[in-house]
This record gives sequence, C-alpha cells and structure tokens, in this order.
Amino acid sequence: MQLYLPIAEVSVDPFLILGLGGLVGILSGMFGVGGGFLITPLLFLAGIPPSVAVATSASQIVASSFSALLSHLQRKNVDIPMGVVLLIGGLIGSVLGVVVFNYLKAMGQVDLLVKLCYVVFLGIVGGLMLLESIRALRRVRSGAAPKRRKHTAVQNLPLKFKFRVSGLYISVIPPVLVGLFVGVLAAIMGVGGGFIMVPAMIYLLGMPTKVVIGTSLFQIIFVTAFTTLLHATTNYTVDIVLALLLILGGVVGAQVGARIGTRLRAEQLRILLSVLVLAVCIQLALNLVIEPAELFSAERGQPL
Amino acid sequence: MRWLLILMCLAMPARAEEIVLGLSADEVGITATFNGSDILIFGAVKRDSPAPAGPPLEVVITVSGPLTPVTVRHKERRFGIWLNTSAAHVDAAPSFYAVASTGPLADVLSDTEDVRNSISIPRAIRSVGNDVSNSADYTEALIRIRESEGLYQVLDGAVTIDQETLFRTQIALPANLVEGAYDTRIFLTRGGAVVDSYETSIDVRKVGIERWLFNLAHQMPLAYGLLAIAMAILAGWAASAVFQGVRR
Repeated sequence: MQLYLPIAEVSVDPFLILGLGGLVGILSGMFGVGGGFLITPLLFLAGIPPSVAVATSASQIVASSFSALLSHLQRKNVDIPMGVVLLIGGLIGSVLGVVVFNYLKAMGQVDLLVKLCYVVFLGIVGGLMLLESIRALRRVRSGAAPKRRKHTAVQNLPLKFKFRVSGLYISVIPPVLVGLFVGVLAAIMGVGGGFIMVPAMIYLLGMPTKVVIGTSLFQIIFVTAFTTLLHATTNYTVDIVLALLLILGGVVGAQVGARIGTRLRAEQLRILLSVLVLAVCIQLALNLVIEPAELFSAERGQPL
Repeated sequence: MRWLLILMCLAMPARAEEIVLGLSADEVGITATFNGSDILIFGAVKRDSPAPAGPPLEVVITVSGPLTPVTVRHKERRFGIWLNTSAAHVDAAPSFYAVASTGPLADVLSDTEDVRNSISIPRAIRSVGNDVSNSADYTEALIRIRESEGLYQVLDGAVTIDQETLFRTQIALPANLVEGAYDTRIFLTRGGAVVDSYETSIDVRKVGIERWLFNLAHQMPLAYGLLAIAMAILAGWAASAVFQGVRR
C-alpha cells in the first residue's frame, strides 16, 4: 500500500513512516530528547525532500514530547519554573539562530555547515556523556559515596532563585544562557535541541537526571511548535499527512519509552543515550568523508 | 471565393500522411493513494493515397512535464571532506520526460530534426548556464539523476506500429509527479525527416483531500500551521490518556 503526500509530492509506504515515528517516540520518552536529530535523516532515507522532512519532523516532535511530558508531569518530574527560564533563553536564541542560518544560506554551503555542526556537537556531547557515565557506574560498583558538588563561580552570580523540584538555589543567568545557546543551535540544525539541553542541564546546572528529562521536554514543545509555525508560514513545507503518520507512531512510542525509562537506572540511561548519539555522529562523519556514489545533485526550482 | 480556396491550398499543402490521436486519459488525478499511472497513447495515420514507397514510417512520441529551472551542484574533496564546490544553473528542464519511438532514436530521427523539434532528452533541456566550463558534465549528471528516479525515460522500440497505420505505446508516469500540463507530442518520420506532428496535453492535478490540503497550506499558512500544532498536542494528549486507561 502507498500513500501520496500532498506537500512532499511523493508517495510513501504509510507503515514504514508509522514505524519510524514509533522508534523515535520510544527514544523521546526514554531520554527526553525530541528525536529530531534522528527522524530528519531517517526521512531523507525514506525519500522525503529535505525541506519537508525538517519542517514536518518539528511538528512530530511537538506531539511525542507532549505525550511524554504528560507522563513525566504525573510523576512530578518537571521543574516548570526552570523550564520557563530555559524557554525564555531558547526563544531569543532561536530568533538569533534563524538570522545566522539565513546569513549562512546567503553564503551557500549551509548544508555542509549544518552537517559539521551535527558531527561536532554530537561527538562532544556523546563522548563526554559516555565517559562520565562509565565513571559513575564504576563509582557505584566500588561502593564509594558520590562526591558532593563543589561550589563554583556559577553559585556566586546574582538573581538567585529557588528551583524546588530540582533542589537547586542558583542564579537564573546560567539557565537563560544555556537556553539561548541551545536555541541558536536548534534553529541552525533544525532540531529541538534536547540532546544538547539534557547534558547541559546535568553537567552545567547540576540538575538531577530524572527532573532533567521532563523539564527538557517542556522546553522542547514550545521551541518546536514555534519552528513548525515558522516553516508553515514562510516555506509551506509542513506536510500534515506525513506529520499525522509520524505522530500516530510517535505518541505510542513515547508512552512505551517513558515506561522503559523508569525501569532503567540513571547511569544506564545515560550510557544508552551517549552510544546512540555517538552512532549518529559517526554515521554523519562517514558520509562527509567517504566518496559519494553520485558527485552531482539536482535541486528543482519553482515551475516557470 | 474559388481563388481563396486555391490560395489556402497553396499556403497549406495537403499533407500526405496525418495523425489521428487517442489517449487513454487526458487527465491524471493525484489522489491520496496515487502510486503512478500508465498512460496509453494510440493513434492512426490518415492518408489520401497509398503509403509512399521508400524508407518505412516511424513514430516518435514524447511526454514532457512542466519546465522548471534546476540547480546542479558538484561535490569535490576539500580538506578530506566532500562538499559542493561548484554549481550550474539550468534555465529550463522538464520535471518529467519520456521519449518513446519505434526504433533506436538515432535511426528514426535525424540530428537536424532533433535540434529543430527538441525531441531527445539533452535537446529538451534548455541552456545550461555558462557559469561553469564543463557544462556538458552537468547536463549528463542531471539526466543520470533523473533517469535513476524514473523521471527521464528513453523508450527505444516501445512504440508498436501495424501496417504503417496503427501505432500505440504506454508511458508509465511515476508517483513523484509535479502538477501541471504534460505536453504530449507525436512525430511521424520517414528516413529521419519529420513528415507530420501532433501536439496535445495531459492535465496532471491533485484532487480531493490532497487538493484541499495543498490549497490550505498555501492560502492560509498560519491556520494550517496552527492546525498542525493542535493536531500534535491533541494526539499527544490522547495517547497519554489511552495509556493511562490501559494501566489502570
């Protein structure tokens, strides 16, 4: 069976798309990442034009993140004040990111820069997370008590605020900056930014892992909804039929993922996520290095 | 009155062989389950006198999708990675192009006639920009890419002809079609020279819900975007609620 997509103007196997949505939904629920960094390249492989894939995956992330957020809300794993602070930074950042994106586009090579961004950030984030989690697992095995976090310069900034759910009393400046930075990257790379947000919250802000996931989802929903609207109104590239298929698969997957996530230990979750992030990084890096089978590419313009 | 008729006859010499054409469909509707479509093109050759002796009658049929500009980019290795280093702009290339003939195209059509009527695929692509020195490589690449996607088809020998009179062929339109008028041309040739030609068009359009969604996305983009977000939130909530029910 084949289904014709009205905006993408290609026909696809609807069960393949449902499966892709489900797979990414499971990851979204387990790790609190939107899954944009996975669904977009997978849609390329399924033959969806890149511009449509980027725009439509944003709306799918809204759905699976919202579904996962509801399960986290019930377990009170969401630090809403922290989410709002991150979001303020995130929205400012995404506007900045769009400006940077358009500037790069005018210079050409935006495609390459996006891919390089992916390789560098996925590599750094995945590598650091893997090292840290392995160290944490060893510490647990050897029975040593985890060290208390040392007070750093971050603790001495003004505008301190108590984030009760996270058990933190810190200045709002670092979270706004984290949100801003992630917002810029999210707009350039066309993803929610969870895979950068999650480690940033754990390692830079010192939030507990369980709270981090719910809070990251909270922020991702708003950023991706904003992105969806931007794409729909400027490029007309959101395919609602494709989105519906991805969403149906994704929301179910997200529920399953959230339940798997509660059964695994925090360190195990982090190792799994870091391995996944590194795998995507290596795949993208190989694509840049290995000689492609077709050295030419054709891009169709508007009909005359 | 009589002199006018004579004048008209002189201006338009009666053609010895003329095309009478039929199409299995002059409209292709793109529906939700659209998965490509086969178009049957058939016709007959009408003549006032017996078929002339000499080289046999051959038929060439072309179907061309709407013309669009195309940017063809070329990758080269720089600093160990493959990146786009140069690009050529094609003024107009058909989004779909099939050329079917009774025999190998080079045998049934002379080069002059090909140039005059833009029949073969390289001739149907107009003017590759002079911003690169090796523009032929870019044209070849464009043809190669689109052939691999089934968008450009060379169907030598796909037209069958009976008794030098009845001809027919079938063109497979793939699923990834661009909307618009698909110009269909039929050429009769003898010894490589075109003796008659006929032109018609097949209308390819989205219909039903596909049409409605496409119009909504382009005419009311804000409403369409909000609809997409509302759908996402609702689906997320519904899944959560259903799973709650299952767990209890």
